[in-house]
Amino acid sequence: MNTHASAASATEVVQQGLDKRYSAESRFKIYGILGISIAMVFLFILMFSILSTGIPAFSKSKILLPFYMDPEVINVEDLADPAAARKINLRKIVNDSKAAFFGATERADKRQLEEVVSTLAQLEVLEHIRANPEDVGQTVELWVTADDEAGRWYKGEVDETLPENRRPLNDQQIEWLKRLTAEERVKTTFNDTFFQGGDSRNPEQAGILAALKGSFLTLIVTLGLSFPVGVAAAVYLEEFAPKNRFTDLVEVNINNLAAVPSIIFGLLGLAVFLNIFGMPRSAPVVGGLVLTLMTLPTIIISSRAALRAVPPSIKDAALGLGASPMQTVFHHVVPLALPGMLTGTIIGLAQALGETAPLLMIGMVAFIVDVPQGFTDASSVLPVQIYLWSDSAERAFVEKTSGGIIVLLMFLIAMNAMAVLLRKKFERRW
Amino acid sequence: MITRNIAVAAAAMTVAATASVAVARDTVSIVGSSTVYPFATVVAEEFGKKTQFNTPKIESTGTGGGMKLFCAGLGTDHADITNASRLMKSSEREMCESNGVTDIMYVKVGYDGIAFANSVESPKFNLTLEQIWTAMSAHGGLPATWNEVDSSLPNQPISIIVPPPTSGTRDAFAELVLEEACPLEDEDKCAELREDGAVVEGGENDPLLVNKLVENTDQFGIFGYSFLANNADRIQGAGISAASGQNYNMNYADPTIDTIASGDYPIARPLQFYVKAAHLDVIPGMKEFMDEWVAEGTWGPEGYLVDANLVPMPDAEREEFRNVVQNRVVMK
Repeated sequence: MNTHASAASATEVVQQGLDKRYSAESRFKIYGILGISIAMVFLFILMFSILSTGIPAFSKSKILLPFYMDPEVINVEDLADPAAARKINLRKIVNDSKAAFFGATERADKRQLEEVVSTLAQLEVLEHIRANPEDVGQTVELWVTADDEAGRWYKGEVDETLPENRRPLNDQQIEWLKRLTAEERVKTTFNDTFFQGGDSRNPEQAGILAALKGSFLTLIVTLGLSFPVGVAAAVYLEEFAPKNRFTDLVEVNINNLAAVPSIIFGLLGLAVFLNIFGMPRSAPVVGGLVLTLMTLPTIIISSRAALRAVPPSIKDAALGLGASPMQTVFHHVVPLALPGMLTGTIIGLAQALGETAPLLMIGMVAFIVDVPQGFTDASSVLPVQIYLWSDSAERAFVEKTSGGIIVLLMFLIAMNAMAVLLRKKFERRW
Repeated sequence: MITRNIAVAAAAMTVAATASVAVARDTVSIVGSSTVYPFATVVAEEFGKKTQFNTPKIESTGTGGGMKLFCAGLGTDHADITNASRLMKSSEREMCESNGVTDIMYVKVGYDGIAFANSVESPKFNLTLEQIWTAMSAHGGLPATWNEVDSSLPNQPISIIVPPPTSGTRDAFAELVLEEACPLEDEDKCAELREDGAVVEGGENDPLLVNKLVENTDQFGIFGYSFLANNADRIQGAGISAASGQNYNMNYADPTIDTIASGDYPIARPLQFYVKAAHLDVIPGMKEFMDEWVAEGTWGPEGYLVDANLVPMPDAEREEFRNVVQNRVVMK
């Protein structure tokens, strides 16, 4: 362009340049919108696939069957005592009752009935008969849980048109299931088992509670240790520590630790907590300690950033009015930095909630049926449970996997909501 | 001041550590093979329901990882049982003995077949071990299609997904197929796979592998039998014959519980676990858990493990290993 343009054309040049700047601006906006929409589309696809496969995990099919409470098998006196009640041969009650109902006499037919009624029925019958001992000797109609393959059939996930040897259910079993539908002996209910128990090899009996509680216990240990230690370290380094080579070294090390792959912390936990201190394997307390090590750098770094963001004028004013350095920090600086520190802590904990790698080394990737009762009981955590289900052969575990992911996401949303609330409560503007 | 605090903290941690050692364990702790895991967990769950004992805790660490944990020593800090999809190596035995783990019981529990499977949309294959070797080996002439391997096979490009080297299934497949059917003189080269893209490594996640086979109907994958049985609407196992040569009247056996149990299906491996005899009287419920394993209702031909697709052992073998458990026969 000619730089020696006359005054008349100068406005034109500016005008042209202006058009260019406007179009660059609108292009930039479009890029931004494009970026956000791509992210939204992926998020939508992810949520859609998880929700569409995971929602069926929250419902289960129940079947209404008559059970003959054989007085020869059930001893009424045993019912009051839980230990004695456990010894009652409920398998016989359930097997005899369902064989009688479906008219199965051959051994092979009886085996095929295993795919129709879950073994959970034994517990459901026990619960009923313990609550109603007067029913011993009677035939009672009870709603019991359907087996996983029968459940998939009622949810429409089994293709009937396939040849018999490629279906999980054979013609006889499908005929039984259809008969139950025709007699209105089938209903779909909320899957309470999913929220009441631990892992199981039978998909219809698998529950998320043990893993949920494991995650909860682990995070309590992590929060209880990493928040005070992290905040104390940040306050010391930011407000009190002298600036010298040693504190520089500490700072570099903390920043590096934040980038260390999490499995390394697992190895450290194995070597220190298990092998040297002899703490129990698979326990939430050890998981919490390992995850504390992992989240500490995140918390320290974000807490220091929050402390640095407090205006120096507040500090100067406090010192000027005669407050001691410690009073200045704890009466003025820390309360103002608290919202930022809490945000950092929640981000660190959210990261810890999703970790499986470090827990592998300390034995938390395990088949755990019993719901943990304390910090030293064997326990798994939510992401571990999801991983174990995703690797299982039984097809009904596919929906359990997505169901587990939904529970994990809910947990995360609850945690984040808490962080937002706390931040709102403590936030100061200046 | 700071040093004093550190000293106090260290002292507190030591106290906490010693306190936790004293806590006795009341749950059986099991580690080991991911192949045995689906069966061991079924037994553990059933045991937990039937008795007043805690449900045993089972970690899926892989056979090698399990051996390390198992052989680390005696006492409640260490695992009681390790599952294995192969036999204990002599080096592992030595590690055990040097750590005081001397009385070990060996219990075989059943068999697992390995299927060579493709999508049900594709033609069903019948293959000999030799043909599989030719298609997969780096030294088999690198055929591009199956009918180059044998003119009776379909004209379909060769594309096979194998499990990663860390997987026990890969080891067993190499031993039972590649080394078994290998015509080479140099045995070290037998299990070397071709690297021209016809044989690729998949991940450990079997459900994902099934999806891949469904999408690409030319592809084959390698699975444990229970996985095939649970996905029979989407994948099919090739019929396999151990016979060799140009004999076209060979008996191909499809992978089923019966053919694997009878030995007609040639790609099958034993599954087993190792037990510390010294722990039997220390850990509550451990004896009873062993009894549950060897009950006919568990591992017999009509037992519940068959429903989980474990291939049962013949009567004589079951008798032999039940005897090991009941009389606490330790390995020599």
